[in-house]
Amino acid sequence: MPIAAVDYASFPDAHGHFGIYGGIFAPETLMAPLEDLANAYAEAKMDAAFQAEIDKDFQDYVGRPSPLYLAERMTRELGGAKVYLKREDLNHTGAHKINNTIGQALLAKRLGKTRIIAETGAGQHGVASATVAARLGLECVVYMGADDVVRQAPNVMRMKMLGATVVPVTSGTRTLKDALNEAMRDWVTNVDNTFYIIGTVAGPHPYPMMVRDFQAVIGREAREQCLAKEGRLPDALVACVGGGSNAIGLFHPFLADEAVKIYGVEAGGEGIESGHHAAPLCAGRPGVLHGNRTYLMQDDNGQIIGTHSISAGLDYPGVGPEHSWLKDIGRAQYVSITDNEALDGFRMLTRTEGIIPALESSHALAYAMKLAPSMHKDEIIIVNLSGRGDKDMNTIARIEGYEF
Amino acid sequence: MNRIASRFSELRAANRSALIPYITAGDPVPAATVDLMHLLVSKGADLIEIGVPFSDPMADGPVIQRATERALAHNVSMHDVFGMVRAFRATDSSTPVILMGYLNPVEILGYAEFAREAAAAGVDGVLTVDLPPEEAEDYAEILQVAGLERIFLVSPTTPNRRLQAVARLGSGFVYYVSLKGVTGANSLDTDDVARHIEDLRQFISIPLGVGFGIRDAHTAGLVSKVADAVVVGSVIVHLIEQHQHDLPAMHQAVGALVAEMRAAMDAVQIAGGAA
Repeated sequence: MPIAAVDYASFPDAHGHFGIYGGIFAPETLMAPLEDLANAYAEAKMDAAFQAEIDKDFQDYVGRPSPLYLAERMTRELGGAKVYLKREDLNHTGAHKINNTIGQALLAKRLGKTRIIAETGAGQHGVASATVAARLGLECVVYMGADDVVRQAPNVMRMKMLGATVVPVTSGTRTLKDALNEAMRDWVTNVDNTFYIIGTVAGPHPYPMMVRDFQAVIGREAREQCLAKEGRLPDALVACVGGGSNAIGLFHPFLADEAVKIYGVEAGGEGIESGHHAAPLCAGRPGVLHGNRTYLMQDDNGQIIGTHSISAGLDYPGVGPEHSWLKDIGRAQYVSITDNEALDGFRMLTRTEGIIPALESSHALAYAMKLAPSMHKDEIIIVNLSGRGDKDMNTIARIEGYEF
Repeated sequence: MNRIASRFSELRAANRSALIPYITAGDPVPAATVDLMHLLVSKGADLIEIGVPFSDPMADGPVIQRATERALAHNVSMHDVFGMVRAFRATDSSTPVILMGYLNPVEILGYAEFAREAAAAGVDGVLTVDLPPEEAEDYAEILQVAGLERIFLVSPTTPNRRLQAVARLGSGFVYYVSLKGVTGANSLDTDDVARHIEDLRQFISIPLGVGFGIRDAHTAGLVSKVADAVVVGSVIVHLIEQHQHDLPAMHQAVGALVAEMRAAMDAVQIAGGAA
């Protein structure tokens, strides 16, 4: 199918399908609540007052628009394309996650729900959920893999300060996927009063579409800002992909701009060939998990296999279904960056620009470091700097041999 | 006629409800499963539900999650489950066997291969927890061609419009999830179940089974007054867990519970039949 023939705005279909991906694969008890949510969201989307409320919160509470920053020294050192950073790290709470929780919390209020639950990996989505819950006076319970509770301790503290209950999940692999299972179990049980704020573009329909729509503010702003600064569109977009919400947020408003190349960067862990990674688009195959059909890390029996990444936020065996579709139709390319390469990206940005990035975003930076030198000086790359690295200080300190 | 349909018609003729115990295949060890299936039948099971282990059982509570983990520690695969059913069929050709599980282990085999192999092994019906009717058109057709019944779940939150889809695609029986929650959740309100079952019968003409929250013989008896089948899972799996290192004690405990449930159901039905 020629790319020009695709009307990206028309996806997903009414049942959440992006080609063969997406859909609604949920236990029966959740089917009606999911339909209610899809209807409520469809109404809200058409409601100018709802949109105005989001815009106002984006501006006054999140601090949007986030800057599009020309990383001059990094660009000089790489000796190729101009590297711009979309500064989602400057948002309130330190990452893109708040864009989505603002939107979903307003929907929760609209639906009259008094309790919100969330899953979290790196803790950024947990913090962003606890933040909006505090602001709206809603009860908040965050499920977090027991291993992630340890490696992202500062975010656990933040969530608790904000009044959320953090539940360490000890089942399965004790990471993000298990936190998602546990949140689903909570939702099935407490569906009457509870709104589940999923943190990424995964889960059953309407989540992948709804989260994308809330995050697409990143790409809309970046597109306008690039046109204003450079008088033209960028040549390439680069973003890290775990579940893929920051990536789809940047990519989506550019999908119809065929000349803009799109790169999603998965967590290569210790290298794809080692098997210790979290790169389902690069090395997995399609299956069904957490409510949707998508590329998964799985064995020959269809069991989901353990993932590895230095960054908790990318440590997930699935990926948003729209990414699976964009891969198959060839509109986006998905690549991987190892833990060590990501650390190089982290050090590079910290020392050339005075910006400490999240380890997740460091994967995107590391890929830009490979890509920029192969491009012309008058070409432009936009890297989504999806979050800041404060939460990763313990991990980095251990690797660099520092002691607090 | 499929074994499930003939079993329900025998039961109806005898004015009895079906007792359907659930165990997870390969729990606590793969070698235990076939003997447990025979034990369940000898103590009064009319159909047997076998859980296919999956790494991410998001609709199950902690008891069945742990059973799944025990089975997966032995790498129990779909082919292993087929092998267990085949071994059971060597000496039991009449008790219907239903596979209950999640879609991904089915998808990786492919629907057609799964259906062919399941039918060849002696499976009679399939219940896929994370596959609602909306996504099940192709799957249901493939299962039907292979002679397998398509068992769907309905819940207290299922609206009438969706009941019609279940009525159209489902066969064998419909499984009413009597509680909002995961498997092994709290005890259920049997009066509430009775009201729901009555409503469901306006849409569903095939037998109606009730599961989730049935933890003792008394509740099984009450539910059997209104339902065509009583599904019991977590309480049995919990006994298997407690006695996982002592097979004779496990058989003793599981057998006693199933027999007690069967007796309570029969007592209620005999009383009901005389009234």
